[in-house]
Amino acid sequence: MMLVFALFFLLPLVFVTIVSAWDYNEYEMLPAFSLRGYTDTFEGCIAELPGLCTILKTYLKTLKLCLLTWGLTLLIGFTVAYFLAFHVRSKTWQIVLSLLCTIPFWTSNVIRMIAWIPLLGRNGLVNKGLQGAGLIQQPLEWLLFSEFSVVLALVHLFTFFTVVPIFNSMIRIDKRLIEAAYDAGATGWQTLVNIVIPLAKPGIVIGSIFVITIVMGDFVTIGVMGGQQIASAGKIIESRLNALQFPAAAANAVILLGITIMIISALTRIVDIRKEL
Amino acid sequence: MTTTAALELVQLTKKYGAVTAVDAINLKIPAGSYCCLLGPSGCGKTSTLRMVAGHESATSGDILVGPKNVTDLPPAERNTAMMFQSYALFPHLSVIDNVAFALKMKGIVKAKRHAEAKKLLELVDMQAYAARLPAQLSGGQQQRVALARALITSPQILLLDEPLSALDPFLRLRMRAELKKLQRELGISFIHVTHGQDEAMALADIVVLMNGGRIEQQGSPREIFNHPKTEFTAKFIGGHNVIAIGDEIFAVREDRLKLRRPGEAVNGPSMAGTVSEVEYQGTYIRVAIVADGGADISAQLTDIQFDAASYAVGERVLATWDPAQASPLKTSSSVTVPSPEKAA
Repeated sequence: MMLVFALFFLLPLVFVTIVSAWDYNEYEMLPAFSLRGYTDTFEGCIAELPGLCTILKTYLKTLKLCLLTWGLTLLIGFTVAYFLAFHVRSKTWQIVLSLLCTIPFWTSNVIRMIAWIPLLGRNGLVNKGLQGAGLIQQPLEWLLFSEFSVVLALVHLFTFFTVVPIFNSMIRIDKRLIEAAYDAGATGWQTLVNIVIPLAKPGIVIGSIFVITIVMGDFVTIGVMGGQQIASAGKIIESRLNALQFPAAAANAVILLGITIMIISALTRIVDIRKEL
Repeated sequence: MTTTAALELVQLTKKYGAVTAVDAINLKIPAGSYCCLLGPSGCGKTSTLRMVAGHESATSGDILVGPKNVTDLPPAERNTAMMFQSYALFPHLSVIDNVAFALKMKGIVKAKRHAEAKKLLELVDMQAYAARLPAQLSGGQQQRVALARALITSPQILLLDEPLSALDPFLRLRMRAELKKLQRELGISFIHVTHGQDEAMALADIVVLMNGGRIEQQGSPREIFNHPKTEFTAKFIGGHNVIAIGDEIFAVREDRLKLRRPGEAVNGPSMAGTVSEVEYQGTYIRVAIVADGGADISAQLTDIQFDAASYAVGERVLATWDPAQASPLKTSSSVTVPSPEKAA
């Protein structure tokens, strides 16, 4: 167990960190200590202050997409999990409906993403439909290859990752607690805020970690749904790799890792996951 | 601090699909009394309590708290409060926040609701544990917190669903005494669901024995124990022999049964049989007898009575009793349920 962990997780991480501190030229890595990977990444950032340099803008954009996706997946995931846990009475139906949620996973990520294109395109179903209904004269340009389509696809892809842990937390809530709250005069909303959400917190945090780590590092969805026009943290790493600038790519990976760890440790401060599992 | 109210159930019925859990029961419980709903599992006692609490809707019939018909009101508007089986304390809230929960829902500010909650924690002697989480408390302490939480709304009737079943036997006796004391001090009605006849006898002013969704018999514990009206009651309450003579059935308390050797003078009705078991029980000795008709009966003798005669297994005996102390029984139309263990 420890060996597998060391071999497939720690070792690559150590390599990436080491490589991030190597020197490089146009076509190869030079195994000598240098922080060029990092300094190149933040090139001009100080000079441009108070304006934002490319790298900071990119990270802010990634963070914005991440927060939007996180908020929406949490909202939808919580609602679905709540419905499954509290409104579906029979165990059988709970299982059937949970399995139903997994059906999209029978096809690959890419196909699920691309399926949006004929729907959202300039001459896609949505635009045609709206035009046909006389609601718009011109096709909506922001439907596809925009932040909207990126967030839409991300939410579509990753909501399930919030449904499962939240459902798992909720199913463990003793139904008598809900009755006890009702007995004490709590309204449905008060019960949700005072009982259900606090007790579902571990699930909410675990789901959040899934979504945040995936979205922060994502470059495929943002690339495809953004029409390769939206820069993201993952995209920087990809383009550095394509340019064979491995130390620079590694440096970016380390920065991304650092930011993600910061977000997650902030989240785990809210809930002690180890205690709750 | 609190006022109390009478409870009246009128033709109260609960059906789950085709199954009738509670079958048109009528019941009046005077204000300020300790009432135990007693019966085997599935007899409808919990459904009845949950309907009174408002956690189960009545299929038909009415529930009156004092002069008010509460049948269709939500739990918080009934002037009742419920203490749940295994307490249902909110695991993420401290003891004081658990107790103050109902006040928080009413929008009362923190300082005020905590002051109120402290008073109730003092009442149940738990003020030292205000900051703890429920998981850090013992079973008995959790029960006290649950009591305080239920009492904070100043209910006129407190409903308790098997409040002692989660406790070990020693603690059960202690909390039983505390419940009774609390009820006496507060002067409000307690309605307590239990399947333990000893619990009901020790606590209740009124015992309501239920069977198959109906009330089998109600009355003071003494009335029920000394004058069971049906075979079910006699068997469920324990300590009785059900004896059939001709077409008539009687219940005779085990400790009222006298034993005689064959040939000794017998004054009154009697049954012949063979001693099948002799059990020493400390304060009394139980002599089990297989009557000649095949019925199992038993007699409880004091050690003085037993030592005078010292019956042995296999010996022939005559069991006799004073006819004035035998209660004639109606045969219960409902299915007979095996009598619960004596110590349950």
